[in-house]
Amino acid sequence: MSEYNLDSKKLRKLEEYIDGIEEKEGSLINILHEAQDIFGYLPKELQLFIARKCNIPASKVFGVVTFYSYFTMEPRGQHVINICMGTACFVKGAEKILEEFKKILEIKEGNMSKDGMFTVNTLRCVGACGLAPVVMVDGKVYGRVKVEDVEDIIKEYRE
Amino acid sequence: MPNYRMNLLVCGGTGCKASGSSEIIEIFEKEIEKAGLKDEIHVITTGCFGFCEKGPIVKVTPDNVFYVEVNSEKAVRIINEHIIKGRIVEEYLYKEPITKEFLPEQSDMPFYKKQIRIALRNCGFIDPENIYEYIAADGYQALGKVLSEMTPEEVIEEVKKSGLRGRGGGGFPTGLKWEMTRKSESKQKYVICNADEGDPGAFMDRSILEGDPHSVLEAMAICGYCIGADKGYIYIRAEYPLAIQRLRIAIKQAYELGLLGKNILSSNFSFDIDLKYGAGAFICGEETALINSIEGGRGEPTVKPPFPAQKGLWKKPTNINNVETFANICPIILKGADWFKSIGTEKSKGTKVFALAGKVNNVGLVEVPMGLTLREIIYDLGGGIKGGKAFKAVQTGGPSGGCIPKEHLDTPIDYDNLTKIGSMMGSGGMIVMDEDDCMVNIAKFYLEFTCDESCGRCTPCRVGNMRMLEILKEITKGRGTMEHLEELKDLGQTIKDTALCGLGQTSPNPVLSTMNFFWNEYVAHVKDKTCPAGVCTALLKYYILPEKCVGCTACAKVCPTNAISGEVRKTHVIDREKCIKCGACMATCRFNAITRR
Repeated sequence: MSEYNLDSKKLRKLEEYIDGIEEKEGSLINILHEAQDIFGYLPKELQLFIARKCNIPASKVFGVVTFYSYFTMEPRGQHVINICMGTACFVKGAEKILEEFKKILEIKEGNMSKDGMFTVNTLRCVGACGLAPVVMVDGKVYGRVKVEDVEDIIKEYRE
Repeated sequence: MPNYRMNLLVCGGTGCKASGSSEIIEIFEKEIEKAGLKDEIHVITTGCFGFCEKGPIVKVTPDNVFYVEVNSEKAVRIINEHIIKGRIVEEYLYKEPITKEFLPEQSDMPFYKKQIRIALRNCGFIDPENIYEYIAADGYQALGKVLSEMTPEEVIEEVKKSGLRGRGGGGFPTGLKWEMTRKSESKQKYVICNADEGDPGAFMDRSILEGDPHSVLEAMAICGYCIGADKGYIYIRAEYPLAIQRLRIAIKQAYELGLLGKNILSSNFSFDIDLKYGAGAFICGEETALINSIEGGRGEPTVKPPFPAQKGLWKKPTNINNVETFANICPIILKGADWFKSIGTEKSKGTKVFALAGKVNNVGLVEVPMGLTLREIIYDLGGGIKGGKAFKAVQTGGPSGGCIPKEHLDTPIDYDNLTKIGSMMGSGGMIVMDEDDCMVNIAKFYLEFTCDESCGRCTPCRVGNMRMLEILKEITKGRGTMEHLEELKDLGQTIKDTALCGLGQTSPNPVLSTMNFFWNEYVAHVKDKTCPAGVCTALLKYYILPEKCVGCTACAKVCPTNAISGEVRKTHVIDREKCIKCGACMATCRFNAITRR
């Protein structure tokens, strides 16, 4: 596996997962989910590895990765901050919350902060509209977030 | 099983969990242990009660007492007072906002009074991670009845007779869909449950899967029996980790009891269910795109016909229904089509779950009979508009739907009526907007969504929507012309007529419906260059009111561009050339002397 410039331990874990699947082509999306869970993102080399392993064209893997917003080819920060941009959150000021995160972390949407701690993303509705506006950090949901709360949320993870 | 004298039902839905319900469960368990009541009191984590606004929710049965906004402190007192001493803690109950009365029973609360719960029947009632609780609530009885007493044709006939229509958006008669798939000849067929709930602001499918996953599994098996399929897939959003986890547990338990797998209940019928994950593409809610995604490809739609009922997954006949549609099946089988038909309007039978959100007092999930009016839902169940503001519009149907103004508040809700007023049922998102929401901006928001999510396959949707968005951006920046408005209408109609899939064809709806009902607001943006709701910053102008200004100089100090001038103790003025409309002055002024129009 040395032909890939990737962490061999992680690669072996992924290989085991793929080997356990009978119908590989139909499971491409599930495989990509697993790969992103293990590596954090899907660099081109990893896509090539998956393509060869499943015996499907690399162009198809690339096509699928770029189609779905859940998959990313950029490395992600230790913590992923997702700001919900669903309608309920939007009408309750989610845009301002996003701006505040971007301002404090000095980054653009989808990018990683300089210290590698955070990535800021938006997503479409986590379904917790009762608590709008909602911010999700890793798996944790923060409800009724105010602009003033943004700094505290970041602090919580910096410590 | 021990015989508990009392149950504490704690909501474990995503909303209440985010408000801290997991800690409450821990406290309950600890306190009950301390009091030595472990064999008498049972703490159960349930699915969503629907009343997310007042979460976390705790319900005590059989006393039938409903506590709202419970926190750790309240949890301790509920144990000490109610559970140990048998005294209801009145101040933790729901308080009727008008009469100020405390209401202990769920059924008395205006939020629940008009609801009829069929699809949500078990949400907030059973522990979704325990199959025996589902079975105790008549679970898997419908499957047993179907396998032992009914032919597939009889079941399809019953579903057809019930008048059930697809709850995912289109409203296609469910029984007819099943019949079509049954009639397609093939050795291999599939059942798919569409759980790719992508409409922003809709969360009913998530709540059903989190609160009652077995009802969907059971209905999928019944569908498989009817159409002749032995394999089912649930296509679920990766953004719903809790629902995925509960489904996994449910599937495992069903296999263990032989309610899925080979020869179910000793019959000749076998059925397997697998999970497939979405990856964040709105278009995958469209059935042909969803099939492409399950096959591991890009989720682009294909031209219909052939319909999935003829050529679907792996080119085999496939029946796709939405989560809520499946959740209605078992009650229809058990209680009969006539019972189901007795609820609802002439052409839309049964109930519909709506996700009530936005600027309304009681945000949450409601299931109401078809034919209730928008006014009843927003004012009776929803408790009216937040902060006493004026109602402006309600948006239904997500990015495919439209905004409905107050003139149509008394429209009885069903599929056909909503389409008639330029919106649609969609999956059931219902977002309430007040006087502070700018309709042009809302239309722009939905178009941004559509442009982001357009799969790019057909030109009308890919390019057309982008052009519409560009025009809307010009308008909100104050560079709009009356010709622009004509172009918007024209383009919208063209996209409606020519786009490939259902999503493309409905994508101009938010723009067209707001133009139809809020034409004056568009004209104000274009002709007068003002935003009546005060949202579009480029069109706002800040003024200092001379009668209120005391000349404290606070605004001048805070202005980043030195646009404010004036002497101490004298009225200040804003230089509109320099003003960048940041609003800092308005936020600083302690005398409310600055306004924007």
